[in-house]
Amino acid sequence: MTFQAGQRVRVAARAHEGHHRTPAYVKGKSGRVERIHGAFTNPETRAYGGDGLPEQRLYLVGFDPSDLWPGSGGQTRDRVQVDIYEHWLEDAG
Amino acid sequence: MHDRGGWPTDAPIDRSEHDLADWELLTDALVHALARNGLMNVDELRRGIESMPPDEYERASYYERWLYSVETILTEKGVLAPGELDARLAK
Repeated sequence: MTFQAGQRVRVAARAHEGHHRTPAYVKGKSGRVERIHGAFTNPETRAYGGDGLPEQRLYLVGFDPSDLWPGSGGQTRDRVQVDIYEHWLEDAG
Repeated sequence: MHDRGGWPTDAPIDRSEHDLADWELLTDALVHALARNGLMNVDELRRGIESMPPDEYERASYYERWLYSVETILTEKGVLAPGELDARLAK
């Protein structure tokens, strides 16, 4: 599934043994696509000697800090921006 | 451990610049040379760092973590023999 800038997305909450680039603190959380970086080799296989193909689309996703860390509100202009590969994202309407 | 986004603190953030030691510059150059020659990529570097025991990870500096990973990955690939670096350092 491809996502567009501005679209609400949720990060998959699944566990993943081994190297991956999706931080635990955004798993299961919702944010908004702010930018589409392009497509890049997949670190999850490249970290183990693979070629990282097929390339995966990579998105810049912005989160409200209070959605990630309850009680961290009060500075509502702050955003937490994380690069997240497409196979970790789902549509959040 | 590696993806926590920092620990909560009220302590001020140290924003001062600091010079790198020669061994740190060499470590950076080594990792780039290994990548350019197809021996090790950045994702393997990260995986090697993530394989560190948590207490050792916490004690290590930035480039000490890189060195740990280089030794781990190159030993895994057979480029280095187990214990080879320690043996050379003991001479």
